[in-house]
Amino acid sequence: MGFFRALFQPKRTSAQVAKERLKIVLAHERASNRAPDFLPTLQKELLAVVGRYVEISEDGIRVTLGASGGTSTLEINIEIEGGKVKKGGPSGSALSPAV
Amino acid sequence: MAKVIVVTSGKGGVGKTTTSAAFAAGLALRGHKTVVIDFDVGLRNLDLVMGCERRVVFDFINVINGDANLNQALIKDKRHDNLFIFPTSQTRDKNALKREGVERVMEELKQQFEYIICDSPAGIEHGAITALYFADSAIIVTNPEVSSVRDSDRIIGILASKSRRAERNEPAVDVHLLLTRYDPVRVAKGEMLAVDDVKEILSIPLLGVIPESESVLRASNTGTPVVFDEESPAGRAYLDAVARFLGEQREMRFVTPQRRSFFRALFGRV
Repeated sequence: MGFFRALFQPKRTSAQVAKERLKIVLAHERASNRAPDFLPTLQKELLAVVGRYVEISEDGIRVTLGASGGTSTLEINIEIEGGKVKKGGPSGSALSPAV
Repeated sequence: MAKVIVVTSGKGGVGKTTTSAAFAAGLALRGHKTVVIDFDVGLRNLDLVMGCERRVVFDFINVINGDANLNQALIKDKRHDNLFIFPTSQTRDKNALKREGVERVMEELKQQFEYIICDSPAGIEHGAITALYFADSAIIVTNPEVSSVRDSDRIIGILASKSRRAERNEPAVDVHLLLTRYDPVRVAKGEMLAVDDVKEILSIPLLGVIPESESVLRASNTGTPVVFDEESPAGRAYLDAVARFLGEQREMRFVTPQRRSFFRALFGRV
């Protein structure tokens, strides 16, 4: 098997590996580097608001701005910890308007 | 109308100063009055590469601070009347490059020169941002190597967001890719990213490919911009890049392995 594979499936060259790695890392970095400045604040405020109703963790939220075709999208992904809903609506401290 | 060109890369050691020297000399050879400015405050090296290190009296920071006027600081190149060098200071004060001061000096330079080449320091700190801030065009010096390509991508993003043109919503800085230290033999073996790979990843137009060449070190050893070496493949590739920058169509040379004749292989230098 190994012999035939060596014959018919040429090994990827290191340059090909470099190109693929670069494409992946740059796709990721472009998205985060070109994100507008308000995203971290938005993320924090969303976390505070949603956190009043359901239990979520600090890193259970992902906010990304994207574009596909002609439309821009704001994608918000929030993970709820064990699907727990807080009882009795918003907790007292979170009622203050300042977030 | 004078044009400001920044030579930048993000990563260090890829050939920014070599390129700045070669490009400025190339533009001068084509008849354009050109000045090349060293923005690497504290790590002055353009003077050495240009071979005028013993003629530095006043520098960029002196002019910004009003301790000297522009014409006292500008060094006229001994090889070409159109070429001037504007050295930087060896000060350790990182914030010596004040934007208002730089702007005033740039405006003054624009009255005298057709092309102003800004040799950027490595990194994305104050010096590098100041070097690219006033640019109309940018030459992104990139080696066919992963870390250089990644840093180039980063600096292209910064040009699009932090330059004066970006801040003022003016037409974007026009960016050009210059691939340096290219080794066609290693590319053919699959050991080095090919020019098309880098072009595809960075998706900016290609200005030129400079082959890895012994003549580049020879040029910096002697303080001569490599374009003055007529035998040098790198020098010729730089002159091609300058011609393309000026709007000429020229075929890319030195991108495929050269066949060396028997006698050259025996006796020839690069």
